[in-house]
Amino acid sequence: MRFEASLDAFAGALRDPASPGPAQTLGREGRPDARRFAVYRNNVAVGLIAAIEARYPVVRRLVGDDFFRAMAGAFAAQEKPRTPILIHYGARFADFIGGFEPAREIVYLADVARLENAWVESYHSAEAAPLAIADLETLDPADYAALRFAPHPAARLLRMAHPGASIWAAHQGPGEPRPPGAWVAEDALVTRPEADVCVRALPPGGWAFANALFAGDSLGEAAEICAGDGVDPGSHLVGLIEAGALKSFH
Amino acid sequence: MGRARREDDNDPQCEPPPPEENMAVSPHRSPRCAAPLPARSGVGLRVEHIDEILAGRPDLGFFEIHAENYMGEGGPPHRRLEAIRAVYPLSLHGVGLSIGSPRPLDKDHLKRLAALAERYEPGLFSEHLAWSSHNEGFLNDLLPLPYTQETLAAVCAHVEETQEALGGRMLLENPSTYVLFEESTIGETDFLAEIARRTGCGLLLDINNVFVSATNHGFDPLAYLDAFPLQHVGEIHLAGYADAQDDAGRPLLIDAHDSPVRDPVWALYAQTIARIGATPTLIEWDNDPPAWPVLFAEARRAERAMAEAAPRDRELRRAV
Repeated sequence: MRFEASLDAFAGALRDPASPGPAQTLGREGRPDARRFAVYRNNVAVGLIAAIEARYPVVRRLVGDDFFRAMAGAFAAQEKPRTPILIHYGARFADFIGGFEPAREIVYLADVARLENAWVESYHSAEAAPLAIADLETLDPADYAALRFAPHPAARLLRMAHPGASIWAAHQGPGEPRPPGAWVAEDALVTRPEADVCVRALPPGGWAFANALFAGDSLGEAAEICAGDGVDPGSHLVGLIEAGALKSFH
Repeated sequence: MGRARREDDNDPQCEPPPPEENMAVSPHRSPRCAAPLPARSGVGLRVEHIDEILAGRPDLGFFEIHAENYMGEGGPPHRRLEAIRAVYPLSLHGVGLSIGSPRPLDKDHLKRLAALAERYEPGLFSEHLAWSSHNEGFLNDLLPLPYTQETLAAVCAHVEETQEALGGRMLLENPSTYVLFEESTIGETDFLAEIARRTGCGLLLDINNVFVSATNHGFDPLAYLDAFPLQHVGEIHLAGYADAQDDAGRPLLIDAHDSPVRDPVWALYAQTIARIGATPTLIEWDNDPPAWPVLFAEARRAERAMAEAAPRDRELRRAV
């Protein structure tokens, strides 16, 4: 029982920046030592901030290192990883940014964070052979409308209120990023058919079509959803297949 | 993935392992070298270095990975690790099991560790005498525990559960610490020796941790090594530390893993190797890792130290 109480006190002091450490911890002077205990508190914060930094390099570039560390530190203070797998930590950072008052005027920041999170999720997703156009060639065209598709495990769809995909793309690689050509809402598709993660901005109607197929709607049902967009559903389907966004059909 | 082995690539580390090694080798036949770690040096695997390693195939004993970094379902990390594993032995090092906690071990995490071990057939698996998870989640640091009969029993139960889940003997690593616990009644070396005795686990001796803790708490690192159950050591870790001060202005060393191994740690390493012989030795430089040649040179230095200690090692054994 004492073991449990001792670690409870330790964890409590880690949460409290003013604590010099629990009474039962000793430095060389035989009493709690604030600088010694602060090493642990600092390790926890620095490690979690580093995990967020690694996940959101474009957000970091957009706001600068100091702002980013303060924002990531505020997030880490309120949300600890639920498992020891840090490659999954920080998936909700975009929601946090959306409510982070000091970042309120950077209206596109949360969209860029959502895209970066989707990129990391895609990067770590299961391997699967993507569906190929040739796989559909043996089918009778009369059966097309009834087809249903399974999304590729690494495919992610995003609906954004701002040109998040263009801003993200402009911040890949070195050099001065150029502002988006048009300030419009963008939808994006993230895929990883093989080793490399690919990000595409979707054409009008593309998100609704892909979202319907990913949700299990038939090809005919998905085509109806985007019928008003003036784009041929066949070209949407070919685009999804070429991007490696689908795994199989039935 | 990886290169075909050359005809003359007949190194002894790829011989079938003897039956009583650290990790159970899975029963299916594997094309890669499923051996225990050789008594050579290795380094932590970093994504920044992979291309250079696969292109040059540096002469190195093994690579070590943090298990949790490979718990994604797929993608480039696993592709790269498969390529590395095709040509090098692997050490699987956990940083998140929280063995030194009174709470039950995370069964899902044990399953994930077992799945990684089955997939990559590491030469050994190691974890820490530390805790890292609590009510609010994973704290992402290796936190210290009191050493008492109560905590000893809890740690031993966790080590046994881990060995059962992974189907083999694990190594437990001595920690670096910044504070001690008032309620501790057992010395750290006795605590580790008793865990090894009760559970049959091996020990990972982190010599930088010994030096860091010795400086921080004012004990003699050589006396610690004298008291350490060296016969159970299956791997050695070496790393760099950072310098700070405590409230009283005394030196406080931080186990930072962000710089070269320091001279006093190399000296303790040489003395340890002279006693126990060549042992798989890892250079830990996880934070701000240097260019590959710098890291590789650190690993070579450990191999030279092993070669220099070897004659003395043989003399000692003859004398016994």
